[in-house]
Amino acid sequence: MKKIFTYFFLILISLYILVPLYVLLATTFKPLQEIGISDMWKLPKDWSLSGFIKAFQKLGPNLKNSFYLTIPATIISAFIGSINGYVFSKVKFKYANLIFAIILFGMFIPYQSILFPLIRFLQSIKLYGTISGLILVHVVYGIPITTLIFRNYYSEVPNELVEASYMDGAGFFKTYTKVLFPISIPAFVVVIIWQFTNIWNEFLFAVTVTSSPDKQPVTVALVNLAGSQVVEWNVQMAGALLTALPTLVVYVLLGKYFIRGLLAGSVKG
Amino acid sequence: MAKVELERVWKIYEGKVEAVKDATFTIEDKEFVVLLGPSGCGKTTTLRMIAGLEEITRGTLKIDGKVMNDVEPKDRDIAMVFQNYALYPHMTVYDNMAFGLKLRKFPKDEIDRRVKEAAKILGIEELLDRKPRQLSGGQRQRVAVGRAIVRDPKVFLFDEPLSNLDAKLRVQMRSELKKLHHRLEATIVYVTHDQIEAMTMANKIIVMKSGVIQQIGTPHEIYNKPANTFVAGFIGSPAMNFVDSKIIQDNGLWIKSSGLKLKIPKQFEEQLEEYVDKNVIFGIRPENIYDKMFAMAPVEGENTAAVMVDVVEPLGSETILHLVAGDDRLVAVVDPKTEAKEEQKIDIVFDMNVMHIFDKETGKAIL
Repeated sequence: MKKIFTYFFLILISLYILVPLYVLLATTFKPLQEIGISDMWKLPKDWSLSGFIKAFQKLGPNLKNSFYLTIPATIISAFIGSINGYVFSKVKFKYANLIFAIILFGMFIPYQSILFPLIRFLQSIKLYGTISGLILVHVVYGIPITTLIFRNYYSEVPNELVEASYMDGAGFFKTYTKVLFPISIPAFVVVIIWQFTNIWNEFLFAVTVTSSPDKQPVTVALVNLAGSQVVEWNVQMAGALLTALPTLVVYVLLGKYFIRGLLAGSVKG
Repeated sequence: MAKVELERVWKIYEGKVEAVKDATFTIEDKEFVVLLGPSGCGKTTTLRMIAGLEEITRGTLKIDGKVMNDVEPKDRDIAMVFQNYALYPHMTVYDNMAFGLKLRKFPKDEIDRRVKEAAKILGIEELLDRKPRQLSGGQRQRVAVGRAIVRDPKVFLFDEPLSNLDAKLRVQMRSELKKLHHRLEATIVYVTHDQIEAMTMANKIIVMKSGVIQQIGTPHEIYNKPANTFVAGFIGSPAMNFVDSKIIQDNGLWIKSSGLKLKIPKQFEEQLEEYVDKNVIFGIRPENIYDKMFAMAPVEGENTAAVMVDVVEPLGSETILHLVAGDDRLVAVVDPKTEAKEEQKIDIVFDMNVMHIFDKETGKAIL
């Protein structure tokens, strides 16, 4: 009896969560003339890919921009975080904890509050309006969280492992490349999923730093898809689906490492 | 191979905690030196300063006459074996051992020759393709030692290498390390809190307590001529008996305590003359107290005492007696054929020729 209740509630909650997704999918495959507030809940009578095709035509270049932005920004911020994590967990130096706290503070600065100085800065280093500029912004904004994740991960690595490497004749960087990096895969997976998702989905920096449409990432283009007079809902929904797809793929591919990585350290194993 | 010298070395953490105080000693070429002491005595810190993993706050460290204070660990030509082995988990046994040689750009065939030779010495030839997680504790330990010996360094450092092994394996590795020392003619500094490891392996033992070196000597000297009550009590199991006593004059010198009156042998009288009528600590090792039935030379009233048996612990090869004499408590290791029974009186004999006398205030050895 108790089990039935449990399942009942679980199914109820899943339905509640899945309803918007249903509307999204249903609308995506409807031709434009079938869409209306009264038919919102109905399945498409005439299954059509026209929304998809149009959305892909419009968003294609921006999807490419998003990849050009997200992949380098993710990889660079992961590596910087990894080196920082190594330094903060394995190198003893004065004021290490204070500096670490200051770096973490960066996580709590709202994006909005730094927009003006950020744009002025990008203008003066001639990166305003470019993907490279946006990459720089995301790399810098990613440092606190990537540093935190890697520091926690490396704290679980026994100091002796690093010391053994020093004794064996490796210096700071050799120890990183030969000893720490090869055992960091779980932390890299966590950081890559985290950064990829965040950077891919980010809107505010994207819309302010890139002004010309051919440079904009997909999140900005998606908003602009809704024209000024008529909203083509099937195109809009298909666009949303296309935009969400890459993060979904990354999560499905690496997801099992993600949970494991986030839990690493909380449980001794 | 090399000589290691520490001159007035201090380690002070954050300007407050004094982990090592004024350590001065020399480790000669090919010597097996054990740093011995309870946890927190500064022995590991001392080792890590030699390794270059801890900065030296004050004083000088020399290896082969060269000052090493500011030399990076990788440039000191020292190998270290860690307590938890610290094997690289992503590398095979072969790569673990070859790592240091690869970094030093040894030719491939030389690396191969050295790794295989070390594997042969340690009996781990068939494990070379395995990863550390597929090895047992003893095998990991061998790999860790192998990683050190392939490099043929000036000095080997061992940081409690046997303490994670089970008792049987520990005894076996102990003798293997000793053999290895002879075979490699290596200079070894070995840290342990286990006095048996120290006694069995060392040429020279350095006993430390609270960051201060208590005594430096051969195992024989440390055991037979402990410099103070700490060393005397730390070395030997069961520990040496300490009895609060007074030296009195009564036709010769005597040790007098609440439950004992023992004659001090003639050869010690001169050294103890100035302590007559003073309080001292009388020390005697448990194995130097005999059940009178099995004693060699009992002299009634001079080296004997009648005591109460509190606890009898038969170990098979010997029997440990916990004894009470007045307010004094004694432990004796006696012949297993003893007929001593708990709650009964027994006559015991002291071998006074190997007795110790310590200053009551300072704990320093007088005799």
